[in-house]
Formats: sequence, structure tokens, C-alpha cells
Amino acid sequence: MKFYMMHLMPYADLDLDYDQTYNSAWITLPNSYYDPKKGAKLYNRYLDELEYADVLGFDGICVNEHHQNAYGLMPQPGVMAGALARRTKNVKIAILGRALPLLNNPVTVAEEFAMIDNITEGRFIAGFVRGIGAEYHAWSSNPATSHERFHEAHDLIIRAWTETGPFAFEGKHYQFEYVNLWPRPYTTPRPPIWIPSQGSSETIDWASHPDRRYTYLQTFTPVAMLAKYMQMYKDKAEQHGYQATEDQLGWSVPIYVAETDEIAMREARPHIENFLNKFLRMPKEMLLPPGYLSLQSMMGVMQAKSSIGTKQTIESVMEKGIFICGSPATVREKLKDYHAQIGFGHLLSLMQFGTLPADLTKKNMELYATEVMPWLRAQGVGVQAAAE
Amino acid sequence: MTHQETWETVKGCKTRIMRKGQGAPLLFLHGASGAGRWLPFMETLSQDFDVIVPEHPGFGGSDTPDWLDGINDLAFFYLDLIEQLGLGPVHLVGTSLGGWIAAEMAVRNCSQLRSLTLVAAAGIHVPGVKRADMFMMSPEELVQNLFHDPAMAAAMPAPANQDELMVVLKNRLMTAKLGWSPRFHNPDLKKWLHRVQVPTLILWGDDDKLMPPAYGPAYQALIPNSRLEIIPACGHLPHVEKAEEFTRTTVAFLQGAA
Repeated sequence: MKFYMMHLMPYADLDLDYDQTYNSAWITLPNSYYDPKKGAKLYNRYLDELEYADVLGFDGICVNEHHQNAYGLMPQPGVMAGALARRTKNVKIAILGRALPLLNNPVTVAEEFAMIDNITEGRFIAGFVRGIGAEYHAWSSNPATSHERFHEAHDLIIRAWTETGPFAFEGKHYQFEYVNLWPRPYTTPRPPIWIPSQGSSETIDWASHPDRRYTYLQTFTPVAMLAKYMQMYKDKAEQHGYQATEDQLGWSVPIYVAETDEIAMREARPHIENFLNKFLRMPKEMLLPPGYLSLQSMMGVMQAKSSIGTKQTIESVMEKGIFICGSPATVREKLKDYHAQIGFGHLLSLMQFGTLPADLTKKNMELYATEVMPWLRAQGVGVQAAAE
Repeated sequence: MTHQETWETVKGCKTRIMRKGQGAPLLFLHGASGAGRWLPFMETLSQDFDVIVPEHPGFGGSDTPDWLDGINDLAFFYLDLIEQLGLGPVHLVGTSLGGWIAAEMAVRNCSQLRSLTLVAAAGIHVPGVKRADMFMMSPEELVQNLFHDPAMAAAMPAPANQDELMVVLKNRLMTAKLGWSPRFHNPDLKKWLHRVQVPTLILWGDDDKLMPPAYGPAYQALIPNSRLEIIPACGHLPHVEKAEEFTRTTVAFLQGAA
């Protein structure tokens, strides 16, 4: 198993009483709530944290893209990856990802990713997503064509990376007379590709196809669902006539480690609850614009009793395995068990969440890197992935 | 006698059509919530006109054809439909999204039109006048924003079963496909509205929260032979909220235009 530190770079100085006036920390929350003086400090703090992950021996660090919100301040994650490319030496840098359907010109992402792959001499992992529904409000991109734009942009980027240019591209949404990428990616034939998702059989079917065999990354999901989707990937691979490796399966989860279970819960509680109830807060219409889900899936959502708006507690997310929190021994055992049951090769830990301050983030990272990671490595957990 | 319900295949798209009445043909193009039921205003109009109410491709019971990408496709589709069914010349009446389709048809070809009636029509953008964003509204909020009279909004039935809910979702999906961006307008349309050469009536509710009443005069200024009627104490759906006034005004206009 390989260990990554994921960062969302939230605006941790957010006035948490915003929700007395606004119904979301996304899209409609006025940016007068953002103070650049505080934001500047946060950016540099968060970059320091990711650079420290390199020193602590993580295998990789991960950034991602969200627009017009206090939840994650990386509308252009390539800027972060660029800053990290020169300051880190060993870690892989993953952009998880760019939201392809938002793009007016997908070649920009082919170029940007190829540049980072060159600068880092191949320490780069490419992530492609559709983005969460709110991004379609933020960028006025049509959610009804989200799927077809995703696939067309993906095909164009892969061709740009792997085919000798110049070539012409004639798609429904994108047309180019000349596609001729300078620079080509450092990695041959192309950087590894990860597909983050909150769970979709359609995405799993596509990612597991023998032409792609992309790493499927399950994010923010109860452990029971994680197991279901990981098994679905393995089954799909088998139907396609091959066996999926652990390298094709990843899990992204917030983790907090402290001296004891009791200290861990006490320290994490306000920050994980802020993360869930303040930073993730948004109405259903913002999260799920028309076309973002299939009509059948949308029907399920409309009929399900809405959990949006109900307060989540640290207990509720720990019980579901959406959040892992405790002493090093507790966290080790949980991860070992989950790994044994589910078999993922990449574990992404979100070590700063919501309002978690710098000192606690650092302590969390250090305890995890010294008391959890080496122990799991020594157990031989994920030998298969490590041997690749 | 009740209305007829038939299916016609136009441009490969199986299209649901409701029809009733005698007289000059009146083609009614519905708005974003589809053409589910035969409504009282249709019944009233059918006393004087042959009222034809198709459900747009991509909505309700009609197919969703592969070729349907934008509002232009629907404009050409309905010009084809008029030709194929031999309906023309028709009185063309469109409301909201349907008004946008009607305007797009009229700038392309008026030869099969007797008149044009635009009711709270989408299609143009008026700088500085903000439309409400229906895509940020819950179903309950949307209904409240459709009407002037809250009691009328409260009386609107929610989807009664899975099939009805599926229709609501299907209509919303196609509405997004057609109107997400640019939001409910075609930046090119206003350049060509001078081509509308038939008598045109523009109707608006004075309390339209979705498509503000300031859009009425903007349309009126762009279409040469047009006049504007503002209906008081009325929201986005004059044909529902003020059905009697709507039909009276429309029939008077159409009979004058015939």
C-alpha cells in the first residue's frame, strides 16, 4: 500500500456564522467573506504542510479543483502542483483532478499536466473528474452535456499525450486543426491516470476497461460502500478478462491520529464537524444540477430521505468509516482490517480538514507518518502494489 | 367532447400532440414544465381555434432525439412539423421556453405564420435585469416563484407517482440542455427579430419573478409590428394564473390579426 497526503486547502478562517445568512459555503456565499491577508497565510501554511509530507516519507501528495467556495481554495490546482514540483524531491504529485467538462479547451490541461510531469521528471499523477455539481453553477457549464464533454476531452488529452503531432481533432464539442503538444509528457506513454469518484457503476465500468485500467479512487464514502465499489471494479475487470491489481484501487479518507483515542476525538471534533456541517453545506439543487446524474439515479436521490441539512457528528462519521480517528494503535488496526477486507493499493489521508489548525495538523501528520505508515509497511500490507 | 391525443413522427422524433377545436389553427408551444394535461385555457381557445399542443422533443411523453442539442434545433423542428402536418399558416403562441422557440421560428421563416404571441418569453437578455435562477430552486421554491398569488402556488399538485416525477426530471434535464448557458437566451436572436413580419402580441405578468416584466418592453422594441400587454397581479404563467384575461386578450388579438 502507498500513502498519500491529500489537501483541500479550505478557507479555515471562514466566519462560521455565515450560515445564519447564506445557505451554502459555495457559489452564493459572497467573496467578501474571504480576507486575502488571511488567505495568503493559509496558502503558504498549506503548501508547507504538503512539502512536509515529502520530508515525512509519504509516497505522494494530492491537490484538487473546486470553484467559488470556502471548502477548497484551489480553483486552479496546477498552480499548487507547480509550486510543489520544485520544493519536493521524492513524493508523487497528484492533481485529482481537473474537471474536464468545464474546459473550453482541454489541450490546456494536456499541456499543464505534461509540464508538471517534465519538471518533476515523472513524479506526476493525472486525475480526471466531472467535478461536483456545484462547479456547473460556478462555471456556467452545461451539466446536461457533462458526460459527453468529459469523454471527448479525455480522448483528446490522451491522444495529445500519446500520438505524434500535429493531428487534427474533430469532436462534437471540441475542434482543432492542429494538436501538437510541446512538451510531450516525461512519462512514457503517459502519466498514470486516476479517476476519483463518490461511487458510480458507470465510471467503474469505464475506468476498468482493458484499454484504460485507470486507478479508481473512492472518496468520502462509508466503508461498506467502499467495499462494494472496490469489489465492483474487481468484478468488472474479471468480466473484461483480467485481474485488477491493488494499484487500480484507491481510497481517500480524512484521518486524525493523536496520543489516545480520547484525545484524538476531543481535538478533531470541532474541526471535522465544521468540515461536514459548514464547509460542505449546500442545497440539493446546487449539488445535483440536471444531467449531473442519470435520470434513474436522480429519481433515487429525489425519493431518498434527504440527509442534506441534517447535522453530522464526529460519532456518526466515525461509525460509518467516513472518518478515521484515534490513537496510532486504533488507526493502524482499522486500516489493516479495511485493507485486508477491501484491498486498496493507494490510501489518501486528508490530514487537515475544516478548521483544523496548523499545530494539530502537524502533530497529526507526524504521528501518522511515524506510528502508522511504517507499521503498515512493515506488515507487508500491499506488497503487490509496492512490487510494481 | 374531449381533446384528441395523437402521436406524430417528425424528423424521426415521436411527438405527443393534443388537439381540439375548429377554426384557424393555433399552435401552442409550452414552457419548461411541459405539456402534461389539457388545461382550461386550451379548452377556451378551442372554442374559436383548432388548438394544437405538441409536447417538445425531449419533454414528457415525446422522444428525446439524438439531434436535439439546442433551441435552434427545436425552431427548425417545428417549422418542419407545420409543413409535415400541413397546419400552416398558424397562429403561433409560445410561453416562456416555448416563446423562445416561437421567436426563433419567426426570425427564420414567417411564411407559415398568421401571427405570433409571446407570453413571458425567454430568448433575449436585457442588460442589468436579472432573471431568477430556477436551477438553484427546490421544487417548492420554483412553484412559489411561478405565481403572483401564493394560494395558487400552494394549490399546485406535486408529482403524484414515480412516472410523474420522472417526467418532471426529464423536463428539467432538457430545460437545462436548452437554457443553461447562455442562460435562457440566444445572444444572436435580438439581431434578427426585425425579420418577424407578422402581427405580434407580447404578454407579460406584472409580477413575473422568473422572467422580469422589463423583458416585455425589450421584446416589443425589437419586433416591428408588435404590441405589449401587461397583465396585473400575475406571475410567470398568465395562461394559468389569469386564464380568463389571457384568453380574452389573446382571442381579441388573434381575431384582429386574422
